[in-house]
Amino acid sequence: MTSVSVRDLSLKFGSLEVLRTLNLDIDQGEFLVLLGPSGCGKSTLLNCIAGLLDISDGQIFISGKNVTWEEPKDRGIGMVFQSYALYPQMTVEKNLSFGLQIAGMPKDEISRRIERAAEILQIQPLLKRKPAQLSGGQRQRVAIGRALVRDVDVFLFDEPLSNLDAKLRAELRVELKRLHQNLKNTMIYVTHDQIEALTLADRIAVMKGGIIQQLDAPLTIYNRPVNLFVAGFIGSPSMNFLPGRIEGRGDQVRVVLGSGLSVPLDGYEAGEPLRDSLEVVFGVRPEHLTVSREPTSGPSLPAEVELVEPMGADSLVWLRLGTNSMSVRTESTAGFLPEDAVHVTFDLAHASLFDASTEERI
Amino acid sequence: MSDTVTMKGKPLTYSAAETDPAVPRHAGSAVAVGPSGSKPQKKLSRRNIVLYGVLILAALYYLLPLYVMVITSVKGMPEIRLGNIFSPPVEVTFAPWVKAWSEACTGLNCDGLSRGFLNSVQILVPSVILSIIIASVNGYALANWKFKGGEVFFTILIVGAFIPYQVMIYPIVILLREVGLYGSLTGLIIVHTIFGMPILTLLFRNYFASMPEELFKAARVDGAGFWQIYFRIMLPMSLPIFVVAIILQVTGIWNDFLFGVIFTKPDLYPMTVQLNNIVNSTQGVIEYNVNMAATILTGLVPLCVYFVSGKLFVRGIAAGAVKG
Repeated sequence: MTSVSVRDLSLKFGSLEVLRTLNLDIDQGEFLVLLGPSGCGKSTLLNCIAGLLDISDGQIFISGKNVTWEEPKDRGIGMVFQSYALYPQMTVEKNLSFGLQIAGMPKDEISRRIERAAEILQIQPLLKRKPAQLSGGQRQRVAIGRALVRDVDVFLFDEPLSNLDAKLRAELRVELKRLHQNLKNTMIYVTHDQIEALTLADRIAVMKGGIIQQLDAPLTIYNRPVNLFVAGFIGSPSMNFLPGRIEGRGDQVRVVLGSGLSVPLDGYEAGEPLRDSLEVVFGVRPEHLTVSREPTSGPSLPAEVELVEPMGADSLVWLRLGTNSMSVRTESTAGFLPEDAVHVTFDLAHASLFDASTEERI
Repeated sequence: MSDTVTMKGKPLTYSAAETDPAVPRHAGSAVAVGPSGSKPQKKLSRRNIVLYGVLILAALYYLLPLYVMVITSVKGMPEIRLGNIFSPPVEVTFAPWVKAWSEACTGLNCDGLSRGFLNSVQILVPSVILSIIIASVNGYALANWKFKGGEVFFTILIVGAFIPYQVMIYPIVILLREVGLYGSLTGLIIVHTIFGMPILTLLFRNYFASMPEELFKAARVDGAGFWQIYFRIMLPMSLPIFVVAIILQVTGIWNDFLFGVIFTKPDLYPMTVQLNNIVNSTQGVIEYNVNMAATILTGLVPLCVYFVSGKLFVRGIAAGAVKG
C-alpha cells in the first residue's frame, strides 16, 4: 500500500526552479532515503511533504488523503530536525507533550504516550531536565520522541545525525534502524551521507538539481548506477572513471582506453547492444579490481604503483595505467610499495559503461 | 618562587606536594628545571601602565561633570558664590533638592518637578508597553510568517526611520487636532508609540530572525498557531531583546522634549519641559544648586534603568541588533 505519494510536484522561488515535476511513491513501512549533494532539493522536498513550504504545482498524498493544502499538523507526520529544535525553555516532558496539549488531548492519554515513547527511546530519567542539560545524542533522542508521541504514520527526518560526532552518529544510526524495524512506520530520511543512506534505506532516491536521478535499492544503486553522477556520488573511495572507445562487436567487443590499452568486455551486462566506435566512460569501483605482481591467466593490464593509502584493514593503492590514474582496494597485508610494477584485472560483472555524451549507463 | 604565578593580580599557588605528597618537588629532571606551568605575567608592564592610564583619564573626564553637579546641588548659595566649583561642600544641605522637587517655580505654578514627574510617568508607562507589544508582534510576523508585501512593508517602515521628526510635526499636529487629541496625554502617547515603531520592529525582527528556523518549523508540525508560537515559544526566549527595547523606549521617551512641548499643554508638560522651565526662568538670582538637583532628578529614571539591566542590555544588543 502506498503511504506517501508525490505527483508532478514543482517548486519555484521566483524564476528559480528548485523541484521539477517530481514523482515519488513510498510504500507503507518503507524506509526511503533522499540522498544528494547540498542544494539538490532533498530538504526542500521533505519540507514540501511536511507542509512547511507551499508548493507551486502538483499534489501530495499521505495515507491516501490529498494533503496538498493541509496544515503540517493535519498531515499525520512527525518531523525530526538536524538542530534537534527542542524548545529550550521547556523540560523534556513538556517538549514531548506540547503538540498533544495544543491538540487538546486528555491528560492521562498524554502521559500514557510520553511513557511509551520514553520507554522505547530509553529517556525516562531525562524527562524532568531541560534540553541544555542533555548531550547531543540525548537531545536527538528527545526530538525523535516528539515525533513518536504524535503516533503518526509517517516520520520525516531532516539530516538528524549531521550534528553528532562520528561515533555517536554510528550508534544512533543503528538505533534508528532498530526503531524502524520495531515500529514499521514509513520513514523519509534526508541525508548527504552515503553511508547512512546505504545502511538505513530500503530504497534510496539520489537527487541532483531538483530531479530524482535514480530511485532503487541501495545495492542496485551501488552496483548499477544509471548515470555518471550517481556512479561518482555513491561509494567511498569513489569509482574510477576511464575514458575509452568501444571497438568490435559480438563476442569480440572491447573497450579501448586512452593509451591503447584495451579490455575485452565479455561478462559485462549491457542494457543495450554496444555500438562500434562509441565514445564511453568506463567505470569500475576500487574493490572490483585486483592487483598482482605476476600476470594472471585472465585478461590483465600492466600498471605501476603510484602511492599507497593505508586505511586499516584495507589499503588503497593508486595505480598509473598509461595516462590514467586509478585506485584499487587491496588487503593491507599485500604490502605494495610505490613504483612496483603490477598487473591489474577487472571484474567486468561489476563494471559500468557510460555513454560519454549523454552520461547515461549503457 | 617558581611555582607562584600571578594572573590578573590574583596570586595562584600551585604545589605538587599539596596534591600528591609522594612526588618530590623539583625532582631534578630536565623538564622540571626549565620553564613550566602557566606563563608568569608582569603586573607593571609598560603596556598595562599606558592602558590603565588612558582608561582612568577617560573615566575621570566623563565623571567630572557629574561630580560638579552632585556637589553643587548640596551646597548653599553663599558657598556657590565663592566661585570654586570643584571644591567639596563645607556644609551639606538638601534644601535645593527639596526645592527642585516641590517648590521651584516654572512661571505659572510653583510646585517644582513633582508635577512633571507624574506627567512623565503617565506618558512613559503606556507608551513603552504599547509600542513594545505592537513592535514585537510586528517583528515576529515579519521574521517568521513570510507574507505577501511583508518585505515592502518592512522597507517602508525602515525608510520612515530616516525621515527627520521635524518634517512630520506639523502634519501630526493637524491630525491630532482633527481627532480631538491635540494637547492631551493620549495624543502624546500615540505619537511616541508610532515613532518607536521603526527601530523597535527592526530590533525584534532581527532578533526573531536570528532564532533557529527549525524551532519555528517544529512548533508548526506540533500544531501551534500564530499566537501559540508567539506566546509559548518565542516570548520565553526573548527576554534580552525585551530589555533592550524597554531601555531604548524608557530613555527615549523620558528624555523627549520636542514632542512633549509641542503636543501637550502646560498642565501636562513632561519632566524635561518642566526642568527647562525651571532652569530658564529668569526671575531673581539663578539658583545653581536647585538647577543641578533638578537636572539630576530628571536623569535619575534612565540612570536607574541602565544600572538595573545593563548586563541584559549588552546581551540583547549583541544577539539582536548585530545579526540579520
